[in-house]
Amino acid sequence: MANPTIAEKFESYLDYPGMKKGLFGWIFSIDHKRIGLLYLVSMVLFFAVGVTLAFIMKLEMLSPGKDVVDPQTYNTLFTLHGVIMIFLFIIPGIPAVFGNFFLPIQLGAKDVAFPRLNLLSWWLYMIGGIFAIVSLFLQGGPIDTGWTFYVPYSIRTTTNVILPLLGAFILGFSSILTGLNFITTVHRLRAPGMTFFKMPLFVWALYSTAWIQVVSTPVVGITIVLVIIERIFQIGIFDPALGGDPILFQHLFWIYSHPAVYIMILPAMGVVSEILPTFAKRTIFGYKAIAYSSLAIAFIGYFVWAHHMFTSGMSDTSRMIFSLLTFVVAIPSGVKVFNWIATLYKGSIDLRPPLVYVMLFIFLFSIGGLTGLILGSLATDVHIHDTYFVVAHFHYVMFGGTIIILFGALHYWLPKMFGRMYNEKVANIAAGIIFVGFNILYFTMFILGYQGMPRRYWSYLPEYQTLHIISTVGSWILILGMIVMFWNLIYGVLKGKSAGDNPWGGTTLEWQIQSPPIMENFHEIPTITHEPYYHAAAINTEDNKHKKIDEGENE
Amino acid sequence: MSKPNEGVEKVPLHLADPHHHKDAIGAKMGMWLFLFTELLLFGGLFLLYMAYRLQYTQDFVIAAKELNLMMGTINTIVLLTSSLTMALSIAAIQRNKKTLAIWMLVVTVAFALAFMVIKYFEWTAKIHHGIYPGSPDLLNMPNGEIIFYGMYYSMTGLHALHVIIGVVIILFMLVFLIRDKITQHDYIKLENAGLYWHLVDLIWIFLYPLFYLIH
Amino acid sequence: MTDNHNKEHHLIGYGTYFMIWLSLISLTVLTVSIAGVNFGSIALLIALLIAAIKSGLVINYFMHIKFDDIIFKIFFLVAMATLFAIFVLTSFDIFFR
Repeated sequence: MANPTIAEKFESYLDYPGMKKGLFGWIFSIDHKRIGLLYLVSMVLFFAVGVTLAFIMKLEMLSPGKDVVDPQTYNTLFTLHGVIMIFLFIIPGIPAVFGNFFLPIQLGAKDVAFPRLNLLSWWLYMIGGIFAIVSLFLQGGPIDTGWTFYVPYSIRTTTNVILPLLGAFILGFSSILTGLNFITTVHRLRAPGMTFFKMPLFVWALYSTAWIQVVSTPVVGITIVLVIIERIFQIGIFDPALGGDPILFQHLFWIYSHPAVYIMILPAMGVVSEILPTFAKRTIFGYKAIAYSSLAIAFIGYFVWAHHMFTSGMSDTSRMIFSLLTFVVAIPSGVKVFNWIATLYKGSIDLRPPLVYVMLFIFLFSIGGLTGLILGSLATDVHIHDTYFVVAHFHYVMFGGTIIILFGALHYWLPKMFGRMYNEKVANIAAGIIFVGFNILYFTMFILGYQGMPRRYWSYLPEYQTLHIISTVGSWILILGMIVMFWNLIYGVLKGKSAGDNPWGGTTLEWQIQSPPIMENFHEIPTITHEPYYHAAAINTEDNKHKKIDEGENE
Repeated sequence: MSKPNEGVEKVPLHLADPHHHKDAIGAKMGMWLFLFTELLLFGGLFLLYMAYRLQYTQDFVIAAKELNLMMGTINTIVLLTSSLTMALSIAAIQRNKKTLAIWMLVVTVAFALAFMVIKYFEWTAKIHHGIYPGSPDLLNMPNGEIIFYGMYYSMTGLHALHVIIGVVIILFMLVFLIRDKITQHDYIKLENAGLYWHLVDLIWIFLYPLFYLIH
Repeated sequence: MTDNHNKEHHLIGYGTYFMIWLSLISLTVLTVSIAGVNFGSIALLIALLIAAIKSGLVINYFMHIKFDDIIFKIFFLVAMATLFAIFVLTSFDIFFR
């Protein structure tokens, strides 16, 4: 076998001299690793915008009445915060960055199935994002409908609705292309010996996610198109003045937007299933259960959308059915959490930054998930619907779940992507600050919502002020933590010491190749004989790593 | 694209070049997945149609009387026949009959254009009667009829858009055929274009009874 | 890869395509001619049934999924099941409101 020794460094994808130079070598690259980094950079920029908007909103909440912005601006702030964070950040999120980068590597492939389509996805993503941003500065003013674009208000408001809607449509198209690319890649480009049940669980999660992307995104696509043509042509579809039924809009919207929640969280769960066995130094507990539960979440998650509509005026029958189905989705999620905990049990746990983030995830996501049951239950939801309780719940799930894991994934894979290590101590400190800030910011919102503070309000009664101030202070701590974290990561990428090929002792394929990887990922396509988290040989990874892939059958 | 690496063994041919592998089954899989998104896109419209038809059963019957059954039926036959010629074009290139394949594509485009022309006459006739989105005549109708025309214009309009896209795709295939980019051994592009065209046909198969055959 | 593809490929004759086309046209004529008959509430069901048969022919033969790998059939079923589920679950609202 012609494996290069560690000392021999081959030219990585970062330095690869392509046909085009400089920036063009990136934005026109069809290499999945470069596209992953393109997404990373653009997403972090959009994230910064979204955080800034939220920061201003929290400032406005310091006291009742006007602090920094007027009511109409506040409406546009929460709308754009939602649109940017959801459509531009967490929906593409982990699949677009880490899926693009690591899916082919974990499968033992040289690229995704359709590399050009992959580049097109990124371009569409950028165009969609630019549409959303440009609409801010055009006549009519920024959109103020909330990120849900509910009719009939979205048909009647005079603000710029069409452009951000078009942006959302294009982003949906981008998401679909990524999804079908991943499904085809998983089916067609697995390395020899890589059966479905030898795939890493991150791949399983991405595969399930990709199916949701393909079968649910078009539904919101058509909904958006209908709102646009209803605005332009005054055609009667949703507008009740013309006989339309706005509740049908809500159905169509949530048929996508609820599964979208699983587009956001499933890949994060996949990352958790990668990080845990690496740092527990043992194989994952219940591999098949976790793999199937990904599919089950994708499947059941499709059938619970109307729990967003308990107070919309839909029929009681469907309210009860959807409440029941909502509880069912907790089962596969529970399967995952129990298997993760069981993986840690009797493992030789090595508590390093990626695992720290996973710990934060399990804690925060559990709070988010359990409060979800309160909302999923019909009787209690009626009371806390559209209050800060809901806001707190989905921030615990989305931020505490997906984004915390996105941070964890950055800490886990950045050494592989750039070949350099960040400062682990600073990373742990940053995680601590984020955790404290996060809970001060969002847990107070549970209390506020329970007391009756409605969401999306620009002003409030004086009795809520104390909690609002605490919450706002929490937002400052959280932002401070994120600044420290990003600074540490960026400094690590630029100046950090060399990370080596396998800093964590990981067992999946990406840890068996050079850091940063070469353009073709593998010098030769590996043959897989092991389940992905086989750890017997991993105690002394430096010596055994090649044996594990090539001669794994010896054990 | 790939740079030479000394001492590296040959990998299977279809994996050798990461960015230029040819995998016909993979390409077809991607196409089918895309078609599912189209199905679900129209599925959302059909769902709306179902809800509104239940709500406004009588209004739908009255409004549908205005539609021209003859034109709708001719268009159905035109589109079905274009699907046949598309399938025949693929069958021809599989048997290495390039000229026949080209002619069949030309006929397909001709049928597609015929469909659009008939559609044009149908729509202009409606517009002459004052029935078009936002028109005062339409807005004075009962709510159910407004919704019927809302659904009619958006569904047939979106379908017509797909026909136009289909024509563009087929024209590209025509160029590929003439330039031998599509051959007996590598016709996946044509096959995928065919799948798309049949999907356009498939949607019309359902639109036709739902709009033209209401009594 | 292309050789492989060709081998797997079932060639459908021109004649078969013509027969399918003929059936499609006949079904269209049928659905038009019985549209005038007053079947009452099942008229819509009959029209949709005929449309379903027609689309079955198009999918199986023109789109030759009948001759494709099993995975394509599974994919197709997944997509159809999804669509079906959306319709059923939304119906709980539409029918019982």
